[in-house]
Amino acid sequence: MFDVFTILQDHGMLFLMGQYPNGPLGGVLCTLVISLLAVVLSFPLGVLVGLARLSPWRWLSWPAACWVYTLRGIPLMMVVFWTYFCVPMLIGQNISGFSTMLCTLVIYESAYIAEIVRGSVQALPSGQYEASRALGMSYLKTLRLVILPQALFNALPSLVSQLVSIIKDSTLGYVINVPELTYAANQVSNQLLTKPFQVFAIVALSYYLICFSLTWLANRLEQGIVNKRLNRPALQEETPDDAALFSGRNLNKETS
Amino acid sequence: MIPMILFNQVNKWYGEYQALTSLSAEVKAGEVVVVCGPSGSGKSTLIRTVNRLEPIEQGQILFDGMDIHGSSTRLNQLRTRIGFVFQNFNLFPHVSVLDNIMMSPVKVLGVKRAEARKHAGELLERVGLSHKANAYPAQLSGGQQQRVAIARALAMKPPVMLFDEPTSALDPEMVGEVLSVMRSLAQDGMTMMCVTHEMHFARDVADTIWFMDQGQILEKATPEQFFLAPKHPRAQRFLSDLRN
Repeated sequence: MFDVFTILQDHGMLFLMGQYPNGPLGGVLCTLVISLLAVVLSFPLGVLVGLARLSPWRWLSWPAACWVYTLRGIPLMMVVFWTYFCVPMLIGQNISGFSTMLCTLVIYESAYIAEIVRGSVQALPSGQYEASRALGMSYLKTLRLVILPQALFNALPSLVSQLVSIIKDSTLGYVINVPELTYAANQVSNQLLTKPFQVFAIVALSYYLICFSLTWLANRLEQGIVNKRLNRPALQEETPDDAALFSGRNLNKETS
Repeated sequence: MIPMILFNQVNKWYGEYQALTSLSAEVKAGEVVVVCGPSGSGKSTLIRTVNRLEPIEQGQILFDGMDIHGSSTRLNQLRTRIGFVFQNFNLFPHVSVLDNIMMSPVKVLGVKRAEARKHAGELLERVGLSHKANAYPAQLSGGQQQRVAIARALAMKPPVMLFDEPTSALDPEMVGEVLSVMRSLAQDGMTMMCVTHEMHFARDVADTIWFMDQGQILEKATPEQFFLAPKHPRAQRFLSDLRN
């Protein structure tokens, strides 16, 4: 246990930000930056692909379906390698491990986000679509004003768990030398030689804290919106009076 | 004078099943038509074809002289002139009552927000829900939601209102408040087409009753004729079933 604190004291900055400012940004910060960028870029792409999948026009829905099925049918590691070797061939110059991993994550996660979006749009009652069309809104206005705000809100839990899995997937950057948290940990472990258990315990805990706090934050956000729609002050608890009233009712029902 | 809505030899199939059979009828401006008949007779299908929520396979439906199912019809523009009220209200749960009413006038017709808000306020007063302007749909009872839905449709200032079983999803004690809003609309001279099982409403408010069965209008009559001396045997049976 004591080891863990010593390791953190000696190599804490390496865990937190890699070689920065003497080298590229790494460690926890690199993991966070690459994950956040991946989310910010793959989310709109995923929404577009998801909507394309639902579109009544075949020339849109077919390519989108291919995109989703292909990417969901291969392991992330394969996409990492394909991007790593193909992108430089395509654009004629080398790109950094960071950019490679970012591209990979954006492409790969867009397929999953697309399916989340598609599912949540299809789960809305068709009456919502009909009502807005009956009011004269175009297909696109209906999507923008009525369907997506509801569908994306309903999809929030799935989207957050996708974000969490993006953070976890970013560990694969390790194999193409992206200096993120796992890579930094390996560096530390190689220096210390004899303490892999302690080092990787720190890594596991760091990932857990990041992912758990995100899930917690998202739940709070979701609850806040639900409360607003039901006009309750946030996190209000059922008052004892209410409880008494309801139990009383049940009693009446049973005795009558 | 051309009729407001004209059905001309309309045929519609769901796969093999024929939902509407060579149906012809018309709704004049200012007329209140109540469509009744047993379940599965095609009432809802009929009313949904008027703003093209359902396509038709043959025939024509003219709204104010324009072919609704024509390929060159500007559908969205046409729909702004046909108010539609659903059985399940279909309010937008993610925005407030006021925004439900203002959304389409602002985003489709391009009305200024202040003006739309004023009009929405007037409509809410008319349906007796001024105090609920900032509430969300989930906080309202079924009857209140349906009244908001009527206000939302009226916000587009349509010359015609269609009601597809507006009280069927309501608790019995809430039916009255919705019907009284519809009654006052009819008194103001709104052209209306209502699918409903509320026979009292039909008798008091309708100018014409269409009785449907198996995708056809079997009888078109005034309420007096229909309730006292229906001509078609199927209508006679329907009414005697209602009384028992």
